[in-house]
Amino acid sequence: MSMNQPGGQRRIKRLLVANRGEIARRIIRTCRETGISPVTVFSTPDSSSPHVAEADAAIHLPGASAAETYLDIKRLIGAAERSGADAIHPGYGFLAENAQFAEACASAGLTFVGPPARVIEAMGSKLAAKKIMADAGVPVLPTIEIGPDILGAGQGGGDGGAGGATTPGDIEQSVVAQAEALGWPVLVKASAGGGGRGMRIVGEPGALVEAIRSAAREAASAFGDGTVFLEPYVVNPRHIEVQILGDAYGDAIHLFERECSIQRRHQKIIEECPSPAVDDMLRRELGDAAVRAAKAIGYVGAGTVEFVMRPDGSFAFLEVNTRIQVEHPVTEMVTGLDLVRSQLDLAMGCPIGPELRSATITGHAVEARIYAEDPAHDWQPSTGTLYTFDVPHPPGIRLDSGVESSSVISPYYDSMLAKVIAHSDTREGALALLASALSGARIHGPVTNRDLLVSVLTHPEVIEGRIDTAFLERFSPAELGSSPVKMDQVPVYALAAALAAQARRRLATKVLAGAPSGWRNNPTLPQIVTFDVESTLANRRGEPAGGGGEGAVGGAEVVMNGARGKTSEGGRSEVGKSGSGGDKIRVAVGYEFDRYGKEARLYAEEPGEPSEGPDSAADQGQGEAREPVDNMAYPPKLAVRDDLKFVSTSPDETLIEDAGLLARYSVGFAGGRIFVDGPAGSLVLTEADRFPSHEPGEDEIGSLQAPLPGTVTRVIASEGQEVEAGDLLLTLEAMKLEHEIRTPHGGIVTTLHVAVGDQVEAGAQLAVVSNENEDTH
Amino acid sequence: MPQVIKTRIDPSSETFQTNLEAMEEALGEVNEQLALTRVGGGERYTARHRGRGKFLVHERIELLVDPDSPFLELCPFAGWGTPFNVGASLVLGIGIVNGVECLISANDPTVKGGSSNPYTLRKTARGSDIAMENGLPSISLVESGGADLPTQGELFIPGGRMFRDLIQRSAKGYPTVALVFGNSTAGGAYIPGTCDYTVMIDQRSKVFLGGPPLVKMATGEESGDEELGGAEMHAKVSGLAEYFARDELEAISLGRDIIYRLNWRKRGPEPSLPADDPLYDPEDLLGIASADLRVPFDPREVIARIVDGSRFDEFKPLYGTNLVTGWASIYGYPIGILANHQGVLFSEEAQKATQFIQLANQVDTPLVYLQNTTGYMVGKIYEQGGIIKDGSKMINAVANSTVPQFTIMMGASYGAGNYGMCGRAYNPRFMFAWPSARSSVMGAAQLAGVLQIVARQNAESRGVKYDEETSEMIRKGVEDQILAEEKPLFLSARVYDDGIIDPRDTRTVLGMSLSVAHNAEVRGTQHFGVFRM
Repeated sequence: MSMNQPGGQRRIKRLLVANRGEIARRIIRTCRETGISPVTVFSTPDSSSPHVAEADAAIHLPGASAAETYLDIKRLIGAAERSGADAIHPGYGFLAENAQFAEACASAGLTFVGPPARVIEAMGSKLAAKKIMADAGVPVLPTIEIGPDILGAGQGGGDGGAGGATTPGDIEQSVVAQAEALGWPVLVKASAGGGGRGMRIVGEPGALVEAIRSAAREAASAFGDGTVFLEPYVVNPRHIEVQILGDAYGDAIHLFERECSIQRRHQKIIEECPSPAVDDMLRRELGDAAVRAAKAIGYVGAGTVEFVMRPDGSFAFLEVNTRIQVEHPVTEMVTGLDLVRSQLDLAMGCPIGPELRSATITGHAVEARIYAEDPAHDWQPSTGTLYTFDVPHPPGIRLDSGVESSSVISPYYDSMLAKVIAHSDTREGALALLASALSGARIHGPVTNRDLLVSVLTHPEVIEGRIDTAFLERFSPAELGSSPVKMDQVPVYALAAALAAQARRRLATKVLAGAPSGWRNNPTLPQIVTFDVESTLANRRGEPAGGGGEGAVGGAEVVMNGARGKTSEGGRSEVGKSGSGGDKIRVAVGYEFDRYGKEARLYAEEPGEPSEGPDSAADQGQGEAREPVDNMAYPPKLAVRDDLKFVSTSPDETLIEDAGLLARYSVGFAGGRIFVDGPAGSLVLTEADRFPSHEPGEDEIGSLQAPLPGTVTRVIASEGQEVEAGDLLLTLEAMKLEHEIRTPHGGIVTTLHVAVGDQVEAGAQLAVVSNENEDTH
Repeated sequence: MPQVIKTRIDPSSETFQTNLEAMEEALGEVNEQLALTRVGGGERYTARHRGRGKFLVHERIELLVDPDSPFLELCPFAGWGTPFNVGASLVLGIGIVNGVECLISANDPTVKGGSSNPYTLRKTARGSDIAMENGLPSISLVESGGADLPTQGELFIPGGRMFRDLIQRSAKGYPTVALVFGNSTAGGAYIPGTCDYTVMIDQRSKVFLGGPPLVKMATGEESGDEELGGAEMHAKVSGLAEYFARDELEAISLGRDIIYRLNWRKRGPEPSLPADDPLYDPEDLLGIASADLRVPFDPREVIARIVDGSRFDEFKPLYGTNLVTGWASIYGYPIGILANHQGVLFSEEAQKATQFIQLANQVDTPLVYLQNTTGYMVGKIYEQGGIIKDGSKMINAVANSTVPQFTIMMGASYGAGNYGMCGRAYNPRFMFAWPSARSSVMGAAQLAGVLQIVARQNAESRGVKYDEETSEMIRKGVEDQILAEEKPLFLSARVYDDGIIDPRDTRTVLGMSLSVAHNAEVRGTQHFGVFRM
């Protein structure tokens, strides 16, 4: 029973936002503008999230995992009741496309801001949805349905539409033959699927049967329905979707397309409106198809019809997303509409208004999603404190952010931090504006995809509009995602960091704080600081950033490995530590202030691989005295950088004139790392310790000499025995106390000098345990 | 409201330019010598030292002190003009280690193996005095071949005070730390022996009374370096080493840790006044001191460029105007300043100084002396007016003053003026010279002239014909000798001051000196000798 009966308009007074992050804040914003009281929920890790502070009331859902918080229907309905809400907005992700939740809202007498449960239900089955669309005249890809048991995964061998073959071999042959008609490669998809699970790309006939079997098994275990189907795999398509709105009176309109072809692991990261590949005619065709689709299912509310589009402009239905999309702002920016407001209006039973019907596209909008993830390491999510989050938003830039400076990024949910949307007269203008806002952003803390976004937005192929869903397979994410700071710029960044660190130290010092920094009446060396570069740098070995792709269409695996879909958008549970570049770059810089501490001469060495630094020497140490040559790492060979002119520095900013150009470097210190944002991009550094940490050597742990005169009471070890560090070798009794003699390191017991009952003098050698190169007595 | 000094300097004037040229020339000469101290024993020995995987002496110090902290090197010109290297194979200075001002002394092993000569001894002794008077912890970076044997006659007996000083400082509560980088044998072994904390380095430190050959000679015992005095032996067996370091870096790091744990608190008061920069450009200091010592200059122009905010409240500005006295602050530390104006000190100036020194002692305010004096006035009316009485009062006050006193020789420092204005013999906590300074019993021309007059009188009294030509030659020779001996390098070489500084560094040097002095209690006295009225 839908609450949105024709004529049954009901006002929403208080809306429960059953979500978190930027979309919760986005919905709250519209509530504020429309006089609706927003309330929200929060999990334990989210207790200090911005959305909690911004709502009129917030209900704690104790727990951290999505399942016990934002996915718990009962608790959410309870929260709505407790807070006096009369409606629930599910946002996206979590329960946004969960028919049960829509149903539960209805049963509780709450308005669900979204389509009726039956629509969600109908669109949940891909096969069913395709059928409906095909019947309504929406272009769909040819489909071959494979029943759950057809390839012997189950008992009966029921007819799944693969023809009347009887023996397993025949069935297989028949399936392959039919697939042949689709053309290769073929996509195996689970009907109930999502998130890429139960999906396989098959490039040749021989692999098909096994792919179907495994997809079916995966689908059966994941969704309880092993039904899969085959369709032609469209190679490198564009992802085009159409925004639709339907009202409770059977009417539907569209608000143009969005192009979302730039994806990683089937998840969009950059979206735009309009699409550079869609002209007015195609726009009409797409729009008509989408409206037909909406009407065919009696769509109410805001939704999205997704299509794949081939290079020739032909398109086919993919699926309907029955929710507000992450990328809705691009539509809002070009139409000037508020889609959340439209959602609320439609949910309240209003008919589609005239402002929606007369909407037009003005200019061009592009959105980029900032994720806390590491493109160089398989998109591993990155967590921790976001010390600084500062995205410039001049006119034309919109920031929809779920976080603020000092937010903590927990591993429990989606790692999207914020969306930045640029609106300009032209596509080029919007791309440039967005790239500049992103590169000017100061994001300190977890690793993010910011540099990747900037690389993509400024990539020639993107600027020319030549994009498709395989873009990030053609171009290496590691390359695109690496810092745009070039190797030869690293020393300047290091100097900026060193000088700001210097300013911090001088401010904090209590003794002779007034003395000029690093003052010497007989100067010998500059102040020297060595940094490790945490960021992954581009073209370390001379390859241009973003150029020369790695393996175009590296094959099915590449696509499939990372396949992710809509259901995970908002509630993920992957945990990953932020990783960064494999081989570290180490750079030493120096600075020397004049006698007044005002001007400084700058020094740098060429950045390079860590050579024989103190650390590497310590690594090989293991019990052995370090080679004396370790001292030679200091002082590093520095050269005066006359091309760099020191201008000024403070604890959070350094100004350096680089070849006549004044460059401003913002420097942030947090969590033991130094975040430098400069004109060439951002770089994360750590300062190398001046002294290697002194790990307690074996000599400090123990010795195999008698600590005091006594009697040997037990001998546990025997000659030739292999022992590990800390193993008990023998015991001595002295002064009525038993003393344990343990080996400080592992090795072989080569000599035992004593036996039980022996009297030993203090300092007497008791045993020898060999230690690779040397003996320890 | 504190008075702010108004400047009358015109940097474009001919006088200023002449002064500037002279100062730059003198600075050039000094800096040339300073550069020599940085190359140690020269390229060959430096390369050999580094080849052994060892840090150079300055590198050790740079690693030891806090990043970006100031380091004031002391007595770098010790031994200048002698057969020994300038610097006397020792680097001495004040450095900040984990926020603690320490006296740091470090042998330069590239200079004759870091061995000590008579100038090394003077410099070491000076360091001891500084640590004792100002109550500083000290860190010795030891690597020395011991005494320069040919000069042992001048070293052995007085050298004993080195250990006495270390151990007396320990008793006073001024901790002593030795980082032993290499040899510290025979007598040198008592440096770690008498220090509170000793760090030794594996395979590097050698601390024994007698090495293997000596032991063999003495007792016939066969022995090796390591068992006689290696770091491991001392750390595990003899207990002479508190800490065992695997290499130099670790030793330096351990040294820093020791200071960190000293629970150090300065005994003097914190800076109490605003510490803003002077209003005027300190670069001008190069053109203020007169190129010609006979031309006086206004010390207020100097004060205006070294004190906080150029604020200076003059005391008795209308009385005894040849000596400027007044209150100011540097780095927020309150100070009283006595500065010579018109070279000569008369009775009025002497009395004014005496009173001012007493007042500073009354309120525990440190004193800074800016010297440019030719001495106390001579002549009938002055002698009869009691110039000796008044000069003695001033000397009485300076000698007995217990507030920290600091002296800068800007120009002339002649005769008893040197004493009255807190010359070396009066134990200023620190004393530095500008390259323009000159100090001797009197000016070279006067001295030579006096000798000539006396010689002529002698000749006449004996009825001998006075050979004016020879006399003129002798006079010239004497003048040249005195001219050389009154120069700051000559004085600094003998550790009669703590170094020659660039005039532009005066504020920093005095600020550091003041801060260092505040490690000890800052307390004036009312106990002076009997003033002859």
